Amino acid sequence: MLDTLKNRIKQGYRTTEYPKKTIALPARYRGLPKISQHSDSKIINICADACPQDAINIEKKKVDMGRCVFCGTCEKLSDGQFIKFTQNFEYSVANKEHLLTSGTLPDLAKHSKQHFKKLFGRSLQLRQVSAAGCNACEADLNVLATPFFDLARFGINFVASPRHADGLVVTGPISKNMKTALIQTYEAMPEPKVVIAVGSCAITGGPFRGYPEVSDGLDSIIPVDLYIPGCPPHPLTNLHALLTFFKKNV
Amino acid sequence: METQFLEISNGTAISRKEIPNLTFDVFRENAVKLVRNNAKIVQFFGYEDIDNDSYKNSNAIKLLAVLRTNRVHAGRHYTLFAATCDAPSSYPSLTLECEPFHLFEREIAEQFGIVPEGHPWLKMVRYHPNSQGRPDVFGNDYAKDSQGNYYYKDDIPGNYPYYSVEGKEIHEVAVGPVHAGVIEPGHFRFNCIGEKVLHLEIQLGYQHRGVEELIPKAEPKRLPIIIESIAGDTSVANAVSFAQVIESLIHKEYKEQRHKDHKEHRFQPDTGAKKIRTIALELERIANHVGDLGALSGDVAFLPPANYFGRMRGDFLNMTLLICGNRFGKGLVRPGGVRFSIETSLREELMRRINELEIQVANVIELLLITTPSVRDRFEDCGVVSRSDAHELGLVGPAGRACGLSYDARRAFPTEYYPNIDIPENAKSTGDVYARATVRADEIMQSIAIIKNLLQEPIETSIENSCLGFKDNQIDKGNSKLLSDFAPDSFVVTINEAWRGELSHSILTDKNGKIIRYKIKDPSFHNWSGLAMSLRNTEISDFPLNNKSYNLSYCGFDL
Repeated sequence: MLDTLKNRIKQGYRTTEYPKKTIALPARYRGLPKISQHSDSKIINICADACPQDAINIEKKKVDMGRCVFCGTCEKLSDGQFIKFTQNFEYSVANKEHLLTSGTLPDLAKHSKQHFKKLFGRSLQLRQVSAAGCNACEADLNVLATPFFDLARFGINFVASPRHADGLVVTGPISKNMKTALIQTYEAMPEPKVVIAVGSCAITGGPFRGYPEVSDGLDSIIPVDLYIPGCPPHPLTNLHALLTFFKKNV
Repeated sequence: METQFLEISNGTAISRKEIPNLTFDVFRENAVKLVRNNAKIVQFFGYEDIDNDSYKNSNAIKLLAVLRTNRVHAGRHYTLFAATCDAPSSYPSLTLECEPFHLFEREIAEQFGIVPEGHPWLKMVRYHPNSQGRPDVFGNDYAKDSQGNYYYKDDIPGNYPYYSVEGKEIHEVAVGPVHAGVIEPGHFRFNCIGEKVLHLEIQLGYQHRGVEELIPKAEPKRLPIIIESIAGDTSVANAVSFAQVIESLIHKEYKEQRHKDHKEHRFQPDTGAKKIRTIALELERIANHVGDLGALSGDVAFLPPANYFGRMRGDFLNMTLLICGNRFGKGLVRPGGVRFSIETSLREELMRRINELEIQVANVIELLLITTPSVRDRFEDCGVVSRSDAHELGLVGPAGRACGLSYDARRAFPTEYYPNIDIPENAKSTGDVYARATVRADEIMQSIAIIKNLLQEPIETSIENSCLGFKDNQIDKGNSKLLSDFAPDSFVVTINEAWRGELSHSILTDKNGKIIRYKIKDPSFHNWSGLAMSLRNTEISDFPLNNKSYNLSYCGFDL
C-alpha cells in the first residue's frame, strides 16, 4: 500500500491543458495539408502521379483528406513547394465535400448541428465499432481514456452497449464480414443518433479502397455526421473533433 | 537428418527453379518427418503456378512449405528448408500425422478449394470464397458478381459448425463479433460448466480485407501503404519485412550473380537505416508491451499501474512520432532504407526521454509484478499452457517464451542491426499469465537497453538513397516502374521478430518479375490456439486477463 502511494506521488499530474492552452506537435508530424495555388503544373502532376492514395485533385489543386494517409510523399517530392503538411491537428469536418481542401477549413463548431450541442453538450456516450480497422485508429481512440487526454472530464465516454450510446464511432474499411454486425449495432442505438467516421479507411476505404472485400466509405452504408481524417488521426485530432462538434463553449 | 527439402536463407532471393518440386507423396513424407523432428512451420501455402505451360488447362496450384529446424547446421543453430509440390484437388491431411499443420491446411482449403481428407477440424478460417471457383469446401453457397468476383450469399460468417459440449449442466456463452471495448471484432464461443470453461472456440474472419489478393493486383505505389495497414500495431515490423522482401528482389546484379553465392544478392540498406529500423522495431515492441501490462493491471482492478502504463505507452508512441511524424511508425520504413534520419539533436532528445522513462517503467513494473501480492495471486497459475502443448501448437514470441520455448527470431534469424546485438534468452517455465507478463516486462527493459545503446553513437544514413522503387526524391523517375522491376522467377521468405513473435512475409514472382503471390503470416496465426488452450479449465471471468496477456491481432490474422 505504501509503495502504491509512493508511486502515485512520483507519477505526478499528467493531464493536458488542451483545449484551454494550445499544444504543439513535433515538426515531423503531418497535420492539415497546406496547398500552394501557384505551383508549377509539372510538379503538381508528379505529386498526383506519385500519391499512393490518388488523393490529389490536379484541376482544383486540392487534396482529398478522406483518402490521404498523410504519408508526406507529395511534400517530399515538391520539397514543400506544392503541398506542405502543417502541425495543425484540428482538421475534422462535418460535410464530406469539405474533405477536398486546399488548406483552409470551415469552422467545425459552426457546422455542427446545434441540436446536437444541446442534446450531447454535457454528456456524450459513444459506442465504437471496428469494422476491419487495423487497430491503429482504435488504439488512438482508446488512449483518450488515459490520464493525459482524460476524455471523461468532458463528459464523454465510450460505453459497452449500443443501447446506452448516443453516438457510433466507426473505424476500418467495413469488410463484407462486418457489414451486418455494424448495421445491427447502428440499429440497436436509440434515436437521435450520431455517426462518426474515424480514419481514412472508414471515410473512403483508405489503403484498401476499390477492393470488393471492403466498402468505399461508411456513408455508403449509414449516414455520417462527422469525419475525422488521418491514418490514424492523432488522439488530439479526435479530441478536438469531439469537443468542437459536441461541446457548447470550447 | 536426410531431407529432400532445400536449405534456404532468410531474406535471400532464390530462383523458383531451385526449389525442389517434389511429388505430393514425397513432399508429405518429408514435411511430416521434419516437423516430427521438431521443425516448425514458418509458411505453408498454395499459389497459382502461372508460368507452368499446362497452367491454362489444369489450373496448376502448387503448395509451398518453409520449415525451420533448430539443429546445428554449418555453424548456425537455425536452418530453413523449403520445397513445393503440385497440389492434388484433395489429399490425405498432414494434420492426421502431425498437428501443427492444422490451421495451414484449413487456410489452403479456404483459399484454393483443396480438400485435406480426414482433417479433424476442417472449418473455415476467414469466411471468404476460394479464388478458383471450385466448390466450397465448407458447404457455403456463393455467387459471382458482375465484375467476376466471388462472394458468399450470406454476408456474415454463418455456416460454422461450432464445437459443442453436451450435458445437463453445460451452457454456452457467445461473445462478439462486436465487443464491449474499443477493440477489433471476433467471435468467442465458450462451452462452460458453471463458471469453468471446458472449451473455447475462436472464430475470426470479420476483419478480412483480402490483403493477400489485393497485393498482386494493386498499383505498386500503393503497396507500402497497404503493408503498413495489415496490422496498425505492427506497422513497423510489417514494413521492415516488406522492405527486406523487395530489397532482395531488386538487386541489379541479381541475374549475373545468381549462381555464385546466394548471400551476396541482397540489396543492403546502409548501417544507419538498419539502426533506425531496429530502434523503430524496439519502440513498437515497448509501446505494445507497456500498454498490455497496463491493460492486465486494469483487468485485475489494480488501477494505478493501468493508468501509468497507459500514459507511458503514449510516451513511447510519441518517440516514434518524433522520429517519423506518425505514432505507429507509418511512413518510416521503405524498401531501400528509411525516410527519416535521426540527427544529433533528435538523438539527444530521444536519449533524454528514454532515460527518464526507463526509471518510471521499472518502478511501475516493480509495483505491478513484485510488490503487490494480490496481483500475483490473480496472475499466477492462471491460463496455464504446458511446454509440450505450446510446442505442439507451435506458439511463438512472448506466448511461446512464457511456456519455455526460447525461440526469438532476433537471435535465430537476425536481420537489420540485430546481428550486432546480443538478445538474451528469455524463457519462463510456468506458462501462465504471470509468465506472459514477466516475459513482456523483461523485454521492455531489454529493448530500452538496446535503444539506449543504439542512440549512443551518431547515426548516419542517407535518406536520399532510400525508398528504392519509390524514389521520393527523384522527380524524373516514375514511381511504379521501378517497384515492378523485380527479379523474375524468384522466391523470398523473410522472418522477423515482431512484438507478438515470428512474422514472416514471402513472395513469388513470375517470369516477368510480376508478383504471383504475396503471403503474410502474422504470429497470431500460431498463437490464437494458445489462447484457446489457456482457457481450458479456467474460470470464464479470467478470459479478459488471459486475452490481454496474449493480445493477439485480429486484422493480422484475418488479412
